[in-house]
Amino acid sequence: MEQIIANGLYLGAQYALIALGLTLIFSLMNVLNFAHGQMYVFGGFVTYTVVAQFKLPFVVGLLASAVVLAVMGALIEKFLFRPVIRKSKRDESTMLLAAGIAFFLDAVILLLFGEKQRGVPKIVNGVFNWDMRIIMPYDRILIGLLAIALIVAFILFMQYSRTGRAMRALAQDRVAAELMGVDVDRYSMIGFALGAMLAGLVGGLLVTITGVNLGMGGPTSIKAFLMIMIGGAGVISGAIAGGFILGMMESVGLTVLAAYGDVTYLAIFAALMIFLAIRPQGLMGKPWG
Amino acid sequence: MTPVRLLGIGAFLIGVFVLVPLFIRLSGRWDLYYTLTSVALLSVGAAGVWLTFYIGRINIGQGAYALLGGYVSAILVTQWGVSFWLTLPLAALTCSAVSVLIGLPILRLRGVYFAMVTLVLTEVARLTALALPITNGAKGITSIPLPGKLSIFGLTLIPDFATLENPKLAFYLMAAVLMVLTYLVLWRMVNSRLGHLCRSLQQNEELSASIGVNTAMLRVLAYAISSFFGGLAGAMFVAISQSIYPSSFAVSDSVNFMLYCFLGGLGYVFGPLLGTLLLYFGWDLLSVAKEYQLLIYSGAMIILMLVLPNGVLSLLDRKGGQK
Repeated sequence: MEQIIANGLYLGAQYALIALGLTLIFSLMNVLNFAHGQMYVFGGFVTYTVVAQFKLPFVVGLLASAVVLAVMGALIEKFLFRPVIRKSKRDESTMLLAAGIAFFLDAVILLLFGEKQRGVPKIVNGVFNWDMRIIMPYDRILIGLLAIALIVAFILFMQYSRTGRAMRALAQDRVAAELMGVDVDRYSMIGFALGAMLAGLVGGLLVTITGVNLGMGGPTSIKAFLMIMIGGAGVISGAIAGGFILGMMESVGLTVLAAYGDVTYLAIFAALMIFLAIRPQGLMGKPWG
Repeated sequence: MTPVRLLGIGAFLIGVFVLVPLFIRLSGRWDLYYTLTSVALLSVGAAGVWLTFYIGRINIGQGAYALLGGYVSAILVTQWGVSFWLTLPLAALTCSAVSVLIGLPILRLRGVYFAMVTLVLTEVARLTALALPITNGAKGITSIPLPGKLSIFGLTLIPDFATLENPKLAFYLMAAVLMVLTYLVLWRMVNSRLGHLCRSLQQNEELSASIGVNTAMLRVLAYAISSFFGGLAGAMFVAISQSIYPSSFAVSDSVNFMLYCFLGGLGYVFGPLLGTLLLYFGWDLLSVAKEYQLLIYSGAMIILMLVLPNGVLSLLDRKGGQK
């Protein structure tokens, strides 16, 4: 039992971090970023390149992922989403753009990094063993703690910094924020960059444990969608809750339902359908996003 | 206006049923039949997605119904020996029935929530197909017989596909007929009272409910029709490929259905048709670019979106506005 909870917490911490980026972008621009999974994979590959090929320390790789993805996110917002949002008649048109970007990033990853599974060597060795009740490699613990630290840092940033306040205002009411003198364009761009950066950071963290490959982008996006549906789209606390709930469900499901074959996700989906029928806006979301 | 439109429809029909087969016969590009058949069938599925867009919902779950329709048809044909032509409407009706059950709770959702739930639905369909014994798991159902002959009162309407010397052409014509019928139905629907009601849902659901439109019934109806088309497309696809696997229709297919609609234009009945043709055919043509295929394809998609964010058919719009 302790092992299941520990696994769930570890999974949940990384999931929450992925969902945070997605929900941030959604709340600021009302864009469902289909390319989030691909951004995550891209971040993983950047870290891999820096650490395994340039032989630089892991921290440098992580920072490189964050910077590359932040720049990428800022450019995507400025040159792609902003003009399309301005010109299109319906909000949903951005979905085609987002899906196009997802395909594009897939193609770029394929050309730049190839289709092989890549990983970097462990950053710390050894396994934590508490009386055979919880067994967990130290590097997983470290990554889990780093993820939690990043989540805390993100919340503090959103809560107390000027930029964070501006973005929260933007999420609450775009027009009102603009009237109060918030530079909407600038903070949309910063928000998108921040969301992309979070995706890149998780990619960088996870490349040390699971590695990355080209095919991971799509499924990761779906998982991230699940999390923000559980917690409620566009709400930071919801994304964190959704991430931990999904991580925990996955961890419990893999253990309890193992006897029935590969049905964990089927059970999670079914539960989600019922949950959404009762509470359409998720745990903490605003009605109708 | 009317004669021009009739002429246009006539030209389209002649193009589809006469010029395309003629061109293929002359050029000897028999492989084009497969591509064009796929375009026709995918556009049937996309027509369904478009209808859900028409009531203001983003549907990324058409793959689920295509998969369901395919499995219903495949199981009926292989295990119970039902004629394919009977399974085609049965598959579509099953999809409608299931979509009513699923739609009742999830159609209460809106915007991104509905989009995400339907996306998840596709994944549910795939996992269910993997888990159920009747679908034969990951091995799928293979070597499904070709469609037999269809006769009414001894009059043979459609000959047995296995005896035909050129089943590719037969499948193409079949799919084209299905496509034409689908868009006829869709066009008729949009220009009827039902279409007006659907538009009112798209614009403001509360307002239309307040003047007495039964919004709950209407959106389930639209969703059921949408899934009907999805099941139809799926069942036909299975007949052509003679096999079905849980991965036959995955998330990427659902997303593609949605993209076809966007690209053609959400405000135009024939938008999904054009979108499917452009995207699927374009993808096929780009296969000469080998490893750069996806890069060029997605790049073109992004650029198209930047230039024409309201779909390709919005070009017509602009001309109309200048007059």
